[in-house]
Amino acid sequence: MKVTVTVNRRLEIADPEGTTVERALHDLGYPEVRTVRMDRVIHMEVSGGDPVSVRARVEEMCRRLLANPVLEDFEVEVDG
Amino acid sequence: MNVAVVVFPGTNCEHDLVHAVRTLGGEPELVWHRRRDLAGFDGIIIPGGFAHGDYLRTGAIATMSPVMTEVSRLAAEGRPVLGICNGFQILCEAGLLPGALIANRDLSFICRFVDLEVVDAGTVLTSGLEPGTRVRLPLNSYEGNWVDPGGSGRVVARYLDDPNGSQDGAAAVANDAGNVVGIMPHPERASDELLGSADGLSLLESFLGSLVRA
Repeated sequence: MKVTVTVNRRLEIADPEGTTVERALHDLGYPEVRTVRMDRVIHMEVSGGDPVSVRARVEEMCRRLLANPVLEDFEVEVDG
Repeated sequence: MNVAVVVFPGTNCEHDLVHAVRTLGGEPELVWHRRRDLAGFDGIIIPGGFAHGDYLRTGAIATMSPVMTEVSRLAAEGRPVLGICNGFQILCEAGLLPGALIANRDLSFICRFVDLEVVDAGTVLTSGLEPGTRVRLPLNSYEGNWVDPGGSGRVVARYLDDPNGSQDGAAAVANDAGNVVGIMPHPERASDELLGSADGLSLLESFLGSLVRA
């Protein structure tokens, strides 16, 4: 099944890349942009018939590798 | 003293380090990241570079290499472990050091000499130095901006200026026990006056001085 993982840097942690893109958008004539955060999206295909256990395994992957618990939160979407 | 210099695919400072350690009378040995037993080494150094291409997050994939299980085991036993630049990032990702390293505040790869001041002489990297000792070392990093949201990390040396936005001005940090230290600038690249500074030798000498025969 298709799984989408979004890894977000927590708001209290600086995101120099997002800040730079935000500034560039202002320079380009989009002053309405208030904030930009550069999150990471990971698309996976995972075998298994049970969305609940697939989700549990992927969340474990997030805790162990895909996200850094010091900086980031994650969201897992399972498309059964 | 036997020092393991860990090599991952993408490590690129290992030979500089071997040269510097040998200059100081240590016995360095390059060890491949698939190795599972480092018990015979008195200390471990993880050099700089771009382990595993820095994919996912800098240092993240390296923590899955078999050697890191052994590094974690020996670190827990109190064996001295030093991470330089990418090695520092790897030790943070492995949870052996507090915090994490993110992109430099100004999003530039910084490649120049910086001045640091030792603020904690109770670690394996600094035990041979006085607090307040200043050293000039090359900084070569993009993700050198240390953040520690918990705010409890032990800062070992600080930048005199603020090149990258690192929290508390930290250029080097340690675990609570002081036997695991990460430093962002490169002592091994400042190991001869020919290179512009030999200040790095004092740090590496201090590290070697903290080793006990395994």
